[in-house]
Amino acid sequence: MTRDEALFQFLLRMGDNTLILGHRVSEWCGHAPVLEEDIALANTALDLIGQTQFWLGLAGEVEGQGRSADDLAFLRDAWDFRNLLLVELPNGDFGQTLMRQFLFDAFQSVLLGRLMTSSDARVAEIAAKASKEVAYHVERSADTVVGLGDGTAESHARMQAALNYLWPYVGEMFLGDAVDAAMAEAGIAPDPASLRADFNALVERVLSEATLGIPKGEFAHKGGRNGYMHTEHLGHLLATMQWLQRAYPGASW
Amino acid sequence: MKNEWPLWEVFIRGQHGLSHRHVGSLHAPDADMAIKNARDVYTRRNEGVSIWVVEARHIAATAPGDKGPLFEPSESKVYRHPTFFDIPEDVGHM
Repeated sequence: MTRDEALFQFLLRMGDNTLILGHRVSEWCGHAPVLEEDIALANTALDLIGQTQFWLGLAGEVEGQGRSADDLAFLRDAWDFRNLLLVELPNGDFGQTLMRQFLFDAFQSVLLGRLMTSSDARVAEIAAKASKEVAYHVERSADTVVGLGDGTAESHARMQAALNYLWPYVGEMFLGDAVDAAMAEAGIAPDPASLRADFNALVERVLSEATLGIPKGEFAHKGGRNGYMHTEHLGHLLATMQWLQRAYPGASW
Repeated sequence: MKNEWPLWEVFIRGQHGLSHRHVGSLHAPDADMAIKNARDVYTRRNEGVSIWVVEARHIAATAPGDKGPLFEPSESKVYRHPTFFDIPEDVGHM
């Protein structure tokens, strides 16, 4: 694996995380419990899809095969996606969506902070731009997690159930492999394991304020970021997201 | 109705505006979320640089029925407009 091959994989991981989560969040459009949250979720989805254009755009450039961000988003099949399993999981109820959002935002805010000093100026530039949006995302999702966790008995129970369901998908964020080792050696991106302490500090602070308990156990579902095995949910998501380009190749408007 | 979030009035200072202007209202559980919701609902097209929110119940307002005594007396007092003065040209636009 050359450095550029590793960089391509790293960029796919960045872009696929934001693409798949952005699509998931966009599924709330018109369905959120109140108008204000509906618009806020749509804004978040659009931010994530905007970030995807940068990450996948650069991925296509690094790959050098002439593939655009759109080609990578709409013309790859499930096994070629490199997103964390966490972001492809179904939305569940509003609480589960916001818990997933918070866990991802927490991870992403720590990661982008490190990427802003990447040795690759293109990566550093995207990270700097995205980090402003993500700083707002994490503030908003953290507030909502606290509001619902420390809310009524019903909302607390739903948030705890969401955390119990999602927590086993957190570990994958920090599992490094040869791609990560190559990125760390080149100073392009940090070793994922090195992000865990900052992530834990942030998440523990917010969840304790939300009166929620982090489940015990180290078990981690994995196979998303390396493409080894996605959940059954990704294919359904892609079918919805990609059908237009698949049915009408090259269609544009 | 008891479970409804309170109503907040939103004021935004535009990019070039001098003062905060009322832009609309929204619901939110507290002031902090009201500001966040205002950011998401009213500034998504780069409309503002500052947001104020105030719970609608804290705004004291004139009653529409009092319009006559409150506002009509000033209609006939044109001399209150400073249009009877000669403004020196050096002053420019006022």
